[in-house]
Amino acid sequence: MLVARQLTKEYRSGTHALTVLRDVTFEIPQGAFVAVVGPSGSGKTTLLGLLAGLDTPSRGTVILDGTDLADLDEDARARLRGEKVGFVFQSFQLIPTLTALENVQVPLELRGDDSASVRARDLLARVGLSDRIDHFPAQLSGGEQQRVALARAFVNAPRILFADEPTGNLDRATGARIVELLESLNHESGSTIILVTHDAALAARAARIIRLADGVVVSDSESQSDAASSAASDRDAVTAVGVAVDADPKL
Amino acid sequence: MTTRWRLLGRLAWRESRTARRRLLLYMSSISLGVAALVAIDSFSGNVTRSIREQSRALLGGDLSWSSRQRFPASIDSLIDSLRVTGAPSARVTTFASMGVVPRTAGTRLVQVRAVSAGYPFYGEITTEPAGLWARLHDNANAMVDPTLLIALDAQIGDTLVLGFGRFRILGTLKNVPGDPGLAAVIGPRVYIPERFLPETQLLVFGSRAEYEVLFRVPEEVSPGKFVARLRPRLEAARIRARTVTENEMNLTEAIERMGDFLGIVGLVALLLGGIGVASGVHAFVAHKIDTVAILRCLGATSGQVLVVYVTQAAVMGLLGAAAGALLGIGIQFLLPHVIADFIPVDVAVRLEPAALGLGLLVGGWVALVFALRPLLALRSVSPLQALRRDADSTVLRMRWRDWPRLLVNVALVGSVLAIAVARIGALRDGAIMTLSIGVAIGILAASASLLSAVARRMLRRGWPYVVRQGVANLYRPANQTRAVVLALGFGTFLVTTLYQVQSNLVREFTIKTSASSGNLLFFDVQDDQALALDSMVRAAGHAVVQRTPIVTMRIASINGRATEALLKDSARATWPLRREYRSTYRDSMVHTETLAGGRWFRALGARRDSLGEVSVERDVARELRLRIGDLVTWDVQGVPVPTRVTSFREVDWARFEPNFFVVFSPDALTQAPRQFVLLTKVPDDLATARLQRRVVDRFPNVSSIDLSLIQGTLSGILRRVSVAVRFLALFSLAMGVPVLFSAVAATRRARVREGVLLKTLGATRRQIERILLAEYLLLGALGSMTGILLSFAAAWALMRWEFESAFVPAFPPAVLIGGLFMALTVVIGALSGRDVFRETPMAALREG
Repeated sequence: MLVARQLTKEYRSGTHALTVLRDVTFEIPQGAFVAVVGPSGSGKTTLLGLLAGLDTPSRGTVILDGTDLADLDEDARARLRGEKVGFVFQSFQLIPTLTALENVQVPLELRGDDSASVRARDLLARVGLSDRIDHFPAQLSGGEQQRVALARAFVNAPRILFADEPTGNLDRATGARIVELLESLNHESGSTIILVTHDAALAARAARIIRLADGVVVSDSESQSDAASSAASDRDAVTAVGVAVDADPKL
Repeated sequence: MTTRWRLLGRLAWRESRTARRRLLLYMSSISLGVAALVAIDSFSGNVTRSIREQSRALLGGDLSWSSRQRFPASIDSLIDSLRVTGAPSARVTTFASMGVVPRTAGTRLVQVRAVSAGYPFYGEITTEPAGLWARLHDNANAMVDPTLLIALDAQIGDTLVLGFGRFRILGTLKNVPGDPGLAAVIGPRVYIPERFLPETQLLVFGSRAEYEVLFRVPEEVSPGKFVARLRPRLEAARIRARTVTENEMNLTEAIERMGDFLGIVGLVALLLGGIGVASGVHAFVAHKIDTVAILRCLGATSGQVLVVYVTQAAVMGLLGAAAGALLGIGIQFLLPHVIADFIPVDVAVRLEPAALGLGLLVGGWVALVFALRPLLALRSVSPLQALRRDADSTVLRMRWRDWPRLLVNVALVGSVLAIAVARIGALRDGAIMTLSIGVAIGILAASASLLSAVARRMLRRGWPYVVRQGVANLYRPANQTRAVVLALGFGTFLVTTLYQVQSNLVREFTIKTSASSGNLLFFDVQDDQALALDSMVRAAGHAVVQRTPIVTMRIASINGRATEALLKDSARATWPLRREYRSTYRDSMVHTETLAGGRWFRALGARRDSLGEVSVERDVARELRLRIGDLVTWDVQGVPVPTRVTSFREVDWARFEPNFFVVFSPDALTQAPRQFVLLTKVPDDLATARLQRRVVDRFPNVSSIDLSLIQGTLSGILRRVSVAVRFLALFSLAMGVPVLFSAVAATRRARVREGVLLKTLGATRRQIERILLAEYLLLGALGSMTGILLSFAAAWALMRWEFESAFVPAFPPAVLIGGLFMALTVVIGALSGRDVFRETPMAALREG
């Protein structure tokens, strides 16, 4: 279960205060698949950072699997991430000096789990990379790198998984395969998935879509995976852009 | 818990994979400093160990008694009685004399060592041809230094005349334990059997000679105990007793002091290395921001991140130190060949585990402490950087009041202080040294900031683009001004200081020797020979520069307190109370002297009493705690001569002219038995040889020193010292390379990215090269100039307080060193910038 209450993030630069996220509130039950969508600059990534405890809000609360993040210091949040959170990034973010296998092992090894190797091999096999385990990131294609990242994200059986534009750097076909993989891995692990994207088609695969514009939640609705709902979601996207236009007179 | 540590260690090892070589390069800044420490400590360990092992051979016996005077009869009979009780003895009488080889008519001042059979009890004197030492006593034989044969154009089998004695040259000396080759500088050594000594008739009144008796005491008796009960009698007879242990302590102490001094150079080298490590690791840290951000996302705590990278730095630091230690061992094996003549012992070179361990430990520690400062910045890398990347400098910004950082700073200063104090052996001096280094670094950092500020202000729109860009690089965000100026300035500072001190010492020596007004000194001239010698010199057409009477004496009492009583007074130094003074009398000062207190002698009639007056050299006066007006009574060969101290003099000892601790008013000593020294000026070598031969023919007891010969020898020694300094300087210069590489590396990535961007926007290769050149030239010029100025200050301070002498800056070498460092900076800058040309714009832009 992931709860956000009146999340606000402001950046101060001299006397100016810039609010990039304002009073964002929602609850996401365990096992849900939620997409966060919105145009560039709408605060998606900031929201993701706050939800995952990578950053602290100016105001508001995040409760991750029953733990209020405000009660934890930086290192305690890191430990919580190590135990309960998985990440998939747009630019893969593999550690370039480690092999595929070693990359996948890292979250378990940081926890002192000696069984890392067995579990990592198993996951790499599930993403179809058994024969690439000793390759370094630079020796892998984009799709392969993201598959390694998926394996790494699931290696600690996370309660919640954050995916930041996971297909953004991939061609459509590869991107589709990655999403399928993501869904199938999630099916087994029962993790909550928070998917940040501005790809409407990708977002439509989620059960629920939270739309952000200019730092504010403009809609929070159930998604339907049939064509009609796809059309509806497109309309929603247009609305969201409309709001953004209204909010910024310079546009 | 242990599993967690093991896994972290494994992660550290794997993660370092591609960066190992680079990290090792940064950490190798420490290597040469460690090499210096290991080499110096090992060599000093080798020497002291060798001294300990060869201590009996070095003394020649278990115990030595020595005196400047013939032993009194009571001591002679004591020696005889000791022989009966199982402590055999051997005598060595050492003095200078003229040696003449009649066949070639060559003359040369030699050091005669008349030894009795049995000498030495320990150790072996080796000869050429081999095994001839035992035959020395067969007849009137002489064993000589090979240099004597060369100087006199003589050969084995020739006759050598010493005074009235004639000796057959049996062979040459190869090695005499305890008597380093340097001893032959004043004159080559000549060993003769003691029983033929009287035949020479050289030891006459006032001759300077050293009388020594060596004992071999039975195994079960300790030399210390053996001599303990005899000490009062020996002291009364002014005989110095040395046991083998005391001798060993004296020698090792001197060696250790030399080692400590050189160790300071090593320490400074180590610190320079530390600066290199710090800037290199800074670059390394910037490179690791992305990885750290990912690790943090995956659940790594800041502590775990630090463990990973500190482990890497520690291992590489230890490897760098190990490489340095290996190099140090190599140097240690070379050293004995370079400075064998200066060392009184055959150095057995072997590994010194203590020195090796200490070098590794100190080097590894310094590397780690210096690396920790930049590494701490990794704690502040936010996991958010994996989502959205800020500029390196923003990511790594640290708060001032961060206690681990303060702790590391304290550890850093504390380590430097601890090492300095341990090296120098005194808290105060160690603290001064640490402070000076701190000030030097502070000044360098300040001058870097100044350069940035000036560059910002001076920049004009009208300048060509490449110059503007190059100058702007000095102050823009993520500039490398401070890192490069610090590394470069410190390197220049180190090398130039070494050079300045050396050239000042050499210059001083050269000025003084050339200022001497004579070049041939006759000594041991008897009272009745002085006038005849004077006219002989004049008849040969040479000027007599000085004819100085010499009277030998000791201090009997000061202000009525007898010497024996004064010796118990711990406030005074004992050596000036015990020594035999060779004083002169005259009514005016000579040009090597200046009045440092009181007034010069008054005429007899102008004094309050009829006491003779004396002028005492300032330093001796200080040691004796004398004041103007004090009464000093002298024991002039049994006759008490009371005097009043009326002045102090400062004496320039470095000139080759007769100088004296004590000068008497002429009236005080006219009746005393005296000798003369006579200084003449002879135009060339041939005239010198001719005059020496004529004098030795007529007065065999009179010795002479050709000062130009000594000057030549001393210049030779100075040249070797210079070579050693140059070696040290070159060493430091070599050390500057990895340090500068590290400094430049800190901003290399940003530089390359920027260069590639410029290329994308249409900059030509030439333009980019010029931008780099402008920047590095400015950095090089400022860094080396600040270093040179600092070195002038340091050299001035060293000359003023350590060598008590004036400082004259030597500009040409300073400019040369500065130029070299500047060139080094430009080359290293260009090398690090070559990636700009190697990378395609696309690759750099894709990287992000």
